[in-house]
Amino acid sequence: MASDYLPVGILILLATALAFLIVLISILFGPKRHAQKTKRVQPYESGMQAIGPGQRRLPVRFYLVAVLFILFDIEIIFFYPWAVALRALGPGGFLAMLSFMTILVVGFVWVWKKGALEWESMDK
Amino acid sequence: MSILLETILKAVMFVVLALAGFAYTTWIERRLISRMQSRIGPNRVGPQGLLQPVAEGLKLIFKESITPAQADKFVYMLAPMLAVIPALALFAVIPISNHSFFNLAGGVDTAVLYVLAILGTAVYGIALAGWSSNNKYATLGGLRAAAQVISYELAMSLALVAVVLMAGSASMNVIIEKQLPGNILGWFIFRQPIAAALFAITALAELARSPFDLVEAEQELTAGYMTEYGGMKFALFFMSEYVKMIALSGLFTVFFLGGWSGPFVGDSWPLGLVYFSIKVLLCLMVMVWVRATLPRFRYDKLMAFGWKRLLPIALANVVITAALIAFGVPGYK
Repeated sequence: MASDYLPVGILILLATALAFLIVLISILFGPKRHAQKTKRVQPYESGMQAIGPGQRRLPVRFYLVAVLFILFDIEIIFFYPWAVALRALGPGGFLAMLSFMTILVVGFVWVWKKGALEWESMDK
Repeated sequence: MSILLETILKAVMFVVLALAGFAYTTWIERRLISRMQSRIGPNRVGPQGLLQPVAEGLKLIFKESITPAQADKFVYMLAPMLAVIPALALFAVIPISNHSFFNLAGGVDTAVLYVLAILGTAVYGIALAGWSSNNKYATLGGLRAAAQVISYELAMSLALVAVVLMAGSASMNVIIEKQLPGNILGWFIFRQPIAAALFAITALAELARSPFDLVEAEQELTAGYMTEYGGMKFALFFMSEYVKMIALSGLFTVFFLGGWSGPFVGDSWPLGLVYFSIKVLLCLMVMVWVRATLPRFRYDKLMAFGWKRLLPIALANVVITAALIAFGVPGYK
């Protein structure tokens, strides 16, 4: 039923309004000291003058983690309808999902052996 | 029309409860952790320091709203809001009592999926805050947070598959009902202990709380993605963190501790509220206890733990649970 989701929508709207309100309050009530002209708007780097840009090249590991997450997360989402229906499907449904899981595990083992899960280790 | 009005009233009540809970969770955490470290903690503002959260809220309101010169101004402003909205939105599917007034949408068939989706979107606030600050600490903190949260979300999703298998439904109301066969052993924490442990661990990681708080490891990253934030914008991040803490404690209660269930709960609905609050409070105190006890992970160990330990364990747990159910083992029918 679509109307069952009405409370979800209302709560999200309410949360959004609250977030806006809080940011607005700080702008309204906070002192205005023309901070933009002072050193307080400089990037914080433990009290030193900032060296170089704030964003540099990033380790490719983070990108790899994101890609792997998308693959596995989508596969895991497929478990949910199956989990709800398993009692109706019986042993056949279990074996069918087992074959899907085997493919998932093969992929996982391959990723593991390939070293994609290795973070730059300090143990070496 | 009256249904709309009632729903709005309910939603307002949930938000108020979440905010009050947020204020006093900070108080509980500070008092409790002080005791564990042989300190006293804030006890000057009001009796037992009970007005401390109010005083701090007022102080933050009157702080100047600074935008760093190098920041992406629009995203910098947006990020704290994006952090707090999903945290509050989680409460939509948490029934806090058996009375329908304390249940926003716990009965929808996709409640568990909704939780996972909302937890996924919670990453945006953190990652964007780190990126838009254009500060080295903040960028690293934001990246670490994003990678950590999505890695542990996999194990969490799989742990919850086992819960959905046990209940045969992804609706919170049904999950609670399935834990009500008379005695305490019906709770899923006793029938799915591995899933409960996995959920507890991954919840700590999702919250970036100790021992998984590398996101804001003070010694290396100052305050992580929050480094450039001050005043009420900082308060929004703080709020999202604690509101999420309460929400995940509530979810743990619903999934594994039988939600609002307890003795004589059918006779009067305020009892359900009391039982639920006690259980959530226990979860929160365990989180504080963990923070006072365990040291922080090293980052490569953290990622390896999530991918190489928790994920295979969670998958094995799903297979075993599914086998027990599919072949009709008594107790799992």
